[in-house]
Amino acid sequence: MRTENQRAWLFVLPVLALVAFNALMPMMTVVNYSVQETFGDNRFFWQGLDWFEQILRSDRFHAALGRQFLFTAIILLIEVPLGIAVALSMPRKGIWVPVCLVLMALPMLIPWNVVGSMWNIFTLPKVGMLGYFMNDVLGIRYDMTQDPLAAWITVVVMDVWHWTSLVVLLCYAGLVSIPDAYYQAAKIDGASAWSVFRYIQLPKMKTVLTIAVLLRFMDSFNIYTEPFVLTGGGPGNSTTLLSIDLVKIALGQFDLGPAAAMSLIYFAITLLVSWVFYVVMTKDDQG
Amino acid sequence: MARITLEKLRHSYFPAPSGPDDYALKGLDVTWRDGGAYALLGPSGCGKSTLLNIISGLLTPSEGRILFDETDVTTLPPDRRNIAQVFQFPVIYDTMTVRQNLAFPLKNRGVDEATIARRVGAIAEMLEVTDMLDTRAAGLSPDNKQKISMGRGLVRDDVNVVMFDEPLTVIDPHLKWKLRSKLKELHQRVKATMIYVTHDQTEALTFADEVVVMQDGEVVQIGTPVELFERPQHIFVGHFIGSPGMNVLPCEARGDRALFQGHDVALEGAVTGAGGTTMLGIRPEYVSIGSTGIPAQVVKVADVGRHYVIDAMVGDTRIKVVAEENAPDKGAAVHLAFRPEQTRVYRDGWIATEPRTTGAQV
Repeated sequence: MRTENQRAWLFVLPVLALVAFNALMPMMTVVNYSVQETFGDNRFFWQGLDWFEQILRSDRFHAALGRQFLFTAIILLIEVPLGIAVALSMPRKGIWVPVCLVLMALPMLIPWNVVGSMWNIFTLPKVGMLGYFMNDVLGIRYDMTQDPLAAWITVVVMDVWHWTSLVVLLCYAGLVSIPDAYYQAAKIDGASAWSVFRYIQLPKMKTVLTIAVLLRFMDSFNIYTEPFVLTGGGPGNSTTLLSIDLVKIALGQFDLGPAAAMSLIYFAITLLVSWVFYVVMTKDDQG
Repeated sequence: MARITLEKLRHSYFPAPSGPDDYALKGLDVTWRDGGAYALLGPSGCGKSTLLNIISGLLTPSEGRILFDETDVTTLPPDRRNIAQVFQFPVIYDTMTVRQNLAFPLKNRGVDEATIARRVGAIAEMLEVTDMLDTRAAGLSPDNKQKISMGRGLVRDDVNVVMFDEPLTVIDPHLKWKLRSKLKELHQRVKATMIYVTHDQTEALTFADEVVVMQDGEVVQIGTPVELFERPQHIFVGHFIGSPGMNVLPCEARGDRALFQGHDVALEGAVTGAGGTTMLGIRPEYVSIGSTGIPAQVVKVADVGRHYVIDAMVGDTRIKVVAEENAPDKGAAVHLAFRPEQTRVYRDGWIATEPRTTGAQV
């Protein structure tokens, strides 16, 4: 071990402290809760892995997890191709570039609970513009407070509206970094528009696209605020995603042990899927 | 393969050019014969890349025509001109293998598998990349990537012209030489018309049968490397080609002689025209140091290996001299002699002496 100049540790210390306080310590508290039973009077009983077993066998958890995967799959399937398509059709030079960029960034700048409220008011039958238009002008029954399908469509559309921009901006950054020579060479090689996309644009976007999908996966898998404000998980439990269910168990029912176990399982799933995805996407880059 | 004719070509990047300064190309009339190797040489921004893009069809010229043999291709898109281009930075398709990269231009044109395999094999052999055909192109070194880019251009046997846009920019110096001789060899084997754009005189002079020197959107001289060196038509060519460049000295023209700093100087021939600014042009290689001639003071002596480059002052004018041996010491008083058949007067930049008809041209 080096004996001279250990000063580097001093510089790392603040970060370590920060991470310890905002991530590690809360996490350890959760671990602590997940193996014990408490009635809130600061008395704890050892429970072992019972809570984990209970959560993993619970139909309620399975249903919420299923809804969560379904939601994430749907929004990824919409946002990624849509984001690529929008990025491809954006101008790459000229005065419209900043205009497009600002328009794209706008939805992401809105606080999440505001997004939820906006879409709530927008889609309520009678009150909201969309709700009124669908029901009273077009005559299509559309009520996300009553109809699970309508609620799902609304949550998905809201997420697409809010977050497709992220995919667009990342893809756009990838696209503008492609030198003109690639397009010129492709033209001379007689490549079709599809070939240009398949062999030039997509490979060059791969890195940013990986990041985009990863971010969208994690964010949508952990989504809470917007659907909570919009539907509150209803009607019934139809839009109760994992995080909403977790909050219900932890703060609604005050079952801290099962909630802690559930959040650890939740965390493990997010981590595992992200890791597998990342490894698969980057394994070609070596060699 | 084709003869290439550029007719009254002008190009401006402005939609409504108002004067000559708005033109990136200011009027070009050139014919390049089928199967020749040409170089476009000039400093950055002289219009050579514009010209290249016009020939390849990536740009449509504001005025004028381009003919491949007798066919007017001015408005044809690149893929219908049957040309190939190698860019400054190697362009390869990252996700494909070397083999797929080389086959790509043929596949896009619907060539049958057997022909593709045969052509790709032949080109790979020429470029000495046969052993890497099945590796992913993304992992190759820059020089091999650039070889693959060249290969994609050469794989079609019907290309009219292969163009190189400063293709050795990103190649390591010790590989530049190798790749350049490879290119020369390829030209001799495939016999395609080749146009090589560069700002490096060594590259231009070693590659090309004929060099087109450009400045500010204009061709200042077209000639063989020897012609460019021996009789520059413009002081720019004299400056740009040769190392060090031609000495350009203020002078007064007097019939078939010139007056430089009060000294009488013999010229290659009679001075033509009148008026304007006259300058004396002589290459450092043709200035000699002796016991008679124009008195000068040596201010700098540089040993560049094969010879010495000496800076001498005549009054307030600096003259560069190349000497094989016996370099004087710094500060020495010397006499300079100009070889008359290599001494010329330039009027407003352009040559203004008649060529010598008798006597040996060196």
